[in-house]
Amino acid sequence: MWDAASSESLHPAARTAFLAALEQGYADPRRLHGAARSARLLLDNAREVVASCLDVRPDEVSFTSSGTDAVHRGLLGLLKGRSRAGPTVVRTAVEHSSVGHALAWSGTPDVEVGVDRTGRVDPEAVRDAIAAAPAPVALVAVQSANHEVGTLQPVEDVAGVAGDVPLFVAAAASAGRLPLPIGWSVAAASAHKWGGPAGVGVLLVRKGARWRNPYPADDRIDERTSGFENVPAALAAAAALQAVVAERDVVNPLHTALVDRIRAGVAGLPDVEVVGDPVRRLPHLLTFSCLYVDGEALVTALDRHGFGVASGSACTASTLTPSHVLAAMGVLTHGNVRLALPWPTDADRAGTDHAGRDVDRFLAVLPEVLTEIRSRAGL
Amino acid sequence: MTPSDQSPDLELDCRALRCPLPVIELARHLTDVEVGEVVAVVTLDVAARVDVPAWCRMKAQEYVGEDLADDGAPRFRVRRLS
Repeated sequence: MWDAASSESLHPAARTAFLAALEQGYADPRRLHGAARSARLLLDNAREVVASCLDVRPDEVSFTSSGTDAVHRGLLGLLKGRSRAGPTVVRTAVEHSSVGHALAWSGTPDVEVGVDRTGRVDPEAVRDAIAAAPAPVALVAVQSANHEVGTLQPVEDVAGVAGDVPLFVAAAASAGRLPLPIGWSVAAASAHKWGGPAGVGVLLVRKGARWRNPYPADDRIDERTSGFENVPAALAAAAALQAVVAERDVVNPLHTALVDRIRAGVAGLPDVEVVGDPVRRLPHLLTFSCLYVDGEALVTALDRHGFGVASGSACTASTLTPSHVLAAMGVLTHGNVRLALPWPTDADRAGTDHAGRDVDRFLAVLPEVLTEIRSRAGL
Repeated sequence: MTPSDQSPDLELDCRALRCPLPVIELARHLTDVEVGEVVAVVTLDVAARVDVPAWCRMKAQEYVGEDLADDGAPRFRVRRLS
């Protein structure tokens, strides 16, 4: 499986924490009895661990019911908190779809800032968009890294040009693997992208940020969220994050080298274009598009060879429209494949270079697959 | 979508085709026109709006622009450079 950017398998540290917390963390953490205090302790512990791993304060961390929920609460809450400043949201053209859906639902005016061929936004273009916005700007939405092509965004520089306008940063693509960028007021991440369980999002609200709950309130320990706390899942998410942060100085260079090898091999094939920034990128992710190739056929053929990958091609999407990220970059949308290397398992680390052998096999298989699909089209 | 300043020398009817077939048709029929002439892909495939210009960039041909065919279907025009 090379689709870690869609969802990572559960880290062993998360499994251990989750099983232990199922026994000890089931009670309502607001109550005053022993079992409740135990649940509260585990929840507080999860919050402290996540805060420490992300280099934020514990009271800036909220556990939400998903990464999408964290994006919605973060973005709409900052929009609400800034309603006196203005209604407009300035955002990059390559934000995660949850940002676009939240804005469409809110009905607030938004200004899209284009990206270059690598998918990176130019801070000067953000500055211009803020100045030219038809109504005052509430916030700027800029991702930490692009989830489809891996390109890192210049968040700190965007914050620099935004001045008093706060940033909402969707950080799910990079959180855990990389430190959070500098300059955000509100950020969001998702535990299953770093080896935690699904159903745990992380909403980060900087102390002093003008954030107001955009949804009905609930009577929970954390006023930014609603619904009964999933203490075991939060603890498992924290344990996975702690493990990944501890291992990333070793794993990231390995992934960077593997992706560089795949990039070099794929770039040498005829009529294939590797997309995204070659250097300022996520360590584990590589995207390319193949001329004259049906994306669905490509994904299916690679799956038959044991490579589970994602695609931004229209024919692989439920909407039958091509990826808005690839379209904004102006790169080929058909025959598109995204590889995202998974976090190494204990077996991977036992001295045998599984990942390296997989790369060799992939580079052997891909040309055959492309030739086969193209010949079926009569090419 | 500006009105075409020049009608294409060849129009490919790809209205019923989905990606990547319109671009495959374009590649197949590029040499049906002379260098300097314009071939147009008429298609309802939304991916063509991105993929035809991208193909031109990858294949060093000139993307002239998008306009409408007689029946109102999107038409993407390409000038053969080589």
